Amino acid sequence: MIAADLLVAQNVGFGIISLLMIIGAVRVVTVSNVVHAALWLVIVLSGAAAQYLLLSAEFVAITQVLVYVGAVMVLFLFGTMLTRARIGAESDLNNKNWFLGIPVALLMLGVMSYVIVDGFGSERLIDNSGDMQPIPVQLISDDIFGPYLLPFWALSFVLLVAVIGAIVLARKD
Amino acid sequence: MLAQEMTSEVVASSGWFLEHAWLIPVIPAIAFVLIIFFGKKMPMKGSELGVLSMLSSLVFSGGAAWQWIQRVNSVVDGAHEAVVEGAHHAAPYVQPVIHEWTWWQSGGFHFGIGQHIDGLALTLLVVVAFISSLVQIYSLEYLRGDRRYTHFFAALTLFSAGMLCMVLAPNMVQLILGWEIMGLCSFMLIGHWWEEEANSRAALKAFFTVRVGDMGLLIGTAILFFSANNWTQKNLGVSGFNISGLSAWAMSGEASHSALTWGAVALFIACIGKSGQFPLHTWLPDAMAGPTPVSSLLHSSTMVVAGVFLVARLYPIFWEGMKIGDTNINFIVLIGGITIVIAALLAFVQHDIKKVLAYSTVSQLGYMMMGLGAGAWLPAVFHIFTHAFFKACLFLSAGSVSHSGSHHSFDMKKDMGGLAKKMPITATTWIISTLALAGVFPLAGFFSKDEIIDNVGHNGYNAFMIVGLTGAFLTAAYMTRATYLTFFGEARGAAAGIHHDEHDEHAVVDTHTSHDTHVAVDPHDVHTDHGPHESPKLITVPLMILAALALTAGLSNATPFGESWERFKKYVEPGSEYVMVGSEMAPEHGAEVVEISAVSMSVTSEEEVAEEGCAVVAPEAGMVCYFPTISHAPFKWSKAALSLIIVAFGLVSSWLFCVQYYTRRNKRLVGLTERNKVLRGGYTFLWNKCYLDELYEKVIVHSIAHPIAKAAYWANQNILDGIVNGAGKVSRRVAGWVYRNIDQRVVDGAVNGSGAAARGTGGALRPVQSGKVNQYGALLFSAAAIGALILVIINT
Amino acid sequence: MLTTQFLLLGAVLFCIGVYGVLARKNAVMVLMSIELILNSVNINLLAFSVRHGSVDGNTFALYVIAIAAAEVGVGLAMVLLIYRNRRTIALDDLSEMKG
Repeated sequence: MIAADLLVAQNVGFGIISLLMIIGAVRVVTVSNVVHAALWLVIVLSGAAAQYLLLSAEFVAITQVLVYVGAVMVLFLFGTMLTRARIGAESDLNNKNWFLGIPVALLMLGVMSYVIVDGFGSERLIDNSGDMQPIPVQLISDDIFGPYLLPFWALSFVLLVAVIGAIVLARKD
Repeated sequence: MLAQEMTSEVVASSGWFLEHAWLIPVIPAIAFVLIIFFGKKMPMKGSELGVLSMLSSLVFSGGAAWQWIQRVNSVVDGAHEAVVEGAHHAAPYVQPVIHEWTWWQSGGFHFGIGQHIDGLALTLLVVVAFISSLVQIYSLEYLRGDRRYTHFFAALTLFSAGMLCMVLAPNMVQLILGWEIMGLCSFMLIGHWWEEEANSRAALKAFFTVRVGDMGLLIGTAILFFSANNWTQKNLGVSGFNISGLSAWAMSGEASHSALTWGAVALFIACIGKSGQFPLHTWLPDAMAGPTPVSSLLHSSTMVVAGVFLVARLYPIFWEGMKIGDTNINFIVLIGGITIVIAALLAFVQHDIKKVLAYSTVSQLGYMMMGLGAGAWLPAVFHIFTHAFFKACLFLSAGSVSHSGSHHSFDMKKDMGGLAKKMPITATTWIISTLALAGVFPLAGFFSKDEIIDNVGHNGYNAFMIVGLTGAFLTAAYMTRATYLTFFGEARGAAAGIHHDEHDEHAVVDTHTSHDTHVAVDPHDVHTDHGPHESPKLITVPLMILAALALTAGLSNATPFGESWERFKKYVEPGSEYVMVGSEMAPEHGAEVVEISAVSMSVTSEEEVAEEGCAVVAPEAGMVCYFPTISHAPFKWSKAALSLIIVAFGLVSSWLFCVQYYTRRNKRLVGLTERNKVLRGGYTFLWNKCYLDELYEKVIVHSIAHPIAKAAYWANQNILDGIVNGAGKVSRRVAGWVYRNIDQRVVDGAVNGSGAAARGTGGALRPVQSGKVNQYGALLFSAAAIGALILVIINT
Repeated sequence: MLTTQFLLLGAVLFCIGVYGVLARKNAVMVLMSIELILNSVNINLLAFSVRHGSVDGNTFALYVIAIAAAEVGVGLAMVLLIYRNRRTIALDDLSEMKG
């Protein structure tokens, strides 16, 4: 790979962010404190939002920050507080057979990496001009309310059911 | 061969009913919604809505059928004028009336809904609407006072909507929609009296067994869609779901043969499930747990022929996929043949009158499948038509007997006998239908069943002609036995006025549960307790109508009387003519001008009439075929006489046997099955339903689960104890996972009541199932990864 | 920028998520790991959206986010209910599926 061919700034950005994300993700699944794990998850999710920006998906990035970093994380913290009075390190967050996960995850990673590298090689995703226009929101809305209206309907139905289900489940009676 | 093209303008007449045939299923669908919401407040508890909707559907279907006949006449006459040369040419293809609108779309895919009206669809429409109307009228009386009266009519109406929707489906998506609605209604109606555990078990068994087959429908549709979509889009401008598009694709000669074969096999598995063909027929006799009108409508005359209809509808696919024209044995004909004989034999050992009829239905469905598999398309479709009338009549007569004659019992041996004098109308209708079913000369069954047998032999499937004749003998014999036990001989049990409160376990508990309310509500029914009597008019009138049709319906395609009597052949069988692409895109309704190009192939040297036409020669560019050229067996009285003699022999021998056995108690016959080893073996074999349920429950579950349990145990003892404890657990989890899958698929899916078998075999495995989500997850993900790995290895 | 780098990032996150789902005992932690998996899928969707020059990937990334929100809502409600009934949310202790 010749450096001049690449978009240096974006690649450096990508490298830093993905490093942060991977570290964060590993911490999420290894730390022994639920609240800390939630905070590490914030880093991963924000990093994902930054990656979306690199992929010129502005709208999705903003939604990611609003929904995930805003709402979902608050939900997680609530869940933690409502189910565990104690906020601090816990000894037994892992189950007894936790080591089973390592070979399974590594096997999957091996297969997927091989397939990805084999399939895409050194294909350029974004060409050298580097001028990627962010995708206009209008296009996305046309897509949602045009050809993909049916999944949208199904989705709104799922959300409705989820709201009702959450209320029914969590209600005290 | 010189293809000479003659294009002429033929006016294919149309009409309001034909253009608006999509209204036929919409009416009962609306009625269903109304019954659900307002039924309980109506004066007749919503039943009037059901009956009215079915009657109006019947009127619409009748109107459409009439206009279709006009249309065929106009085309055929036009074609005859157009073709001046008297050379043999294929039967003219009458364009079906197709309308399709976008129902929903996702991404680039459009899913249509609409109508595809041709002779086949109209035959089924008329039959379904007609039988539904009669059965609903019958149910007014039969279910009077039932606690879920309104829901019963709602479900019946929804069923009719589903069936009609399936019958006029222009594409596979709508067909699947109707198919699944029928499955749901079948489940609801079999379990109508779900308080009895046997009923809800039967409902579950029916639902799951049919679902096993339905996977084939989805897979087959997917296979055909992805193989055909490009071709149909390019040549016809329709999607790969479109039924006429699929037919044209199959006949085009450009279709991939493996896709056709696998698609046809997958679709046929769905038909095996729905139409109760051999390995999956076990649900149908159990489905008799539902109320009798349900058995009559769903499980004999309409719903179970859906599988046969699917084969008939997509016939070009099966024709090409199974090579029906070229072989003398194939998957369809084999399954049909096995079904005929096995079901007919099973019918001999039943005590329950409805189960005899259920096995008889299975056997007759086998005839239809065998006919379709052997290229006898027209006789098979005609048999759907005639069978619907006499089998519905038989079931309703059985219901009438139980309603008024045998005090809500269906056990022929315990509670019936000698009812002919007490219930003259029911007995007459039953006997007429029995003779029609057996195929006695001027009655309906003769013209259809005999034609199937005849054509099966004519098309080179000689072994299956013998199977068909054997089946005819068996049919005559077991129906005579049922008739004798029910209507003749001495009266027994409830038929003799004796009331015993304990019904034995074989008796399907029909109105049983609702009986208390029943007597209280209906003042006319109080005299039930005075012993057997004739049923009220609401029951006998539908019976008489059906019996009249069982007498005469066969005349609508009476091959022996010459070509002018073969109306089904003229109006129902699609022509096998080459059609110019684009001619079906006549958008205007009303009278339309259709370009029909009659390709008359002038015969050169040899007079090879059968060597031409669709399915023999692939259509040229710009032409498509919608239906294969099928040869019809010429009628011969000698062949008919042979089958009539066989039928008569079956009737007489069975009658004599019954008289000797059941009435005279002939010493040499009674107890023969206990004395003779071979006969006893055969009887036990049949009594246990050929051990099919046992096969599903014990053998399959046992042979899969048991060695795995053993292997897991062995591995545990010999290898894994030495290695890490956790790793040992993994392999036992594998066994547990496989076991769970077997448990899910085979036990729940195929069989009822196999919990006991599962517990027995799974005893050793029991501690293996941890119930822990993480382990299940680990197995899921590692299985996915290994599967991906295998795919990668295969593809590199 | 290569296609591979985004897809590999997605793969790594996915596998970390899978490990989390398998190894964690606490139900809330399992839900968090599922969020990791869903995010890795989103990265792939957007990468392919750019690659094919269509907005379909964006649309479906939004759908995935909405589904994930619903999933977290229902999941946490279930966790709360389980906690209320059993005073624990350790998945090891939930073995009703044991045969």
